[in-house]
Amino acid sequence: MSSGKKEIKFLTQQKQIKRPKKYCRFKKTGIKYIDYKETEFLLKFINEQGKMLPRRITGNSLKYQRKVSQAVKRARHLALLPYVTDLLK
Amino acid sequence: MSKHYETVIIFSPILSDEDLKKSVTKYTKLLSDHGANIVEERNWGLKQLAYPIQNKSNGIYYIIEFTAPGNSISKVEVEFRRDENILRFLTTALDKYAVEYNEKRRQGLVGKGKKTTETSQEVAS
Repeated sequence: MSSGKKEIKFLTQQKQIKRPKKYCRFKKTGIKYIDYKETEFLLKFINEQGKMLPRRITGNSLKYQRKVSQAVKRARHLALLPYVTDLLK
Repeated sequence: MSKHYETVIIFSPILSDEDLKKSVTKYTKLLSDHGANIVEERNWGLKQLAYPIQNKSNGIYYIIEFTAPGNSISKVEVEFRRDENILRFLTTALDKYAVEYNEKRRQGLVGKGKKTTETSQEVAS
């Protein structure tokens, strides 16, 4: 008899939520340079208030998340992107 | 040893066209005096600013891409600061990927195809 403790039987079947595997879009598409002048591409990485999205949401690798944040900050300096706004999209 | 640079200049919107041309030729001449050669110039024209600068809500964007020795940049930027109808400027050094990206853009490769290839699964919310 296997030890009872490991096999805890739940009443309802434990639903395994299959979350899609996150990937870094820059590695996949092979983008090497993130242009700070391309605002419609940078819009993907900021939320409605104009704040930058964290890595766990965008799924970027560290190297490219830093490039994205530098590009966003440069775009903000040049007034291509707002520092703070509401309902940006 | 000259490196690739790119400056984006925001002129004040009240600047008329020939004033803009005059000041742009002044700066390009100044750049070439300091040993730079201009790779490309782009005029985005009047654009809405995301937030008011010096309580003006739009500005004329002008982009100059050039190669220059490192020490000439600070001299040129002193001139930028002196000019009142320049609202803001930003000089960035271009690494090899940036230069190659700009080359591709000039040949029109970058566009719907390469940069904004959206895979079906949208990760960023």
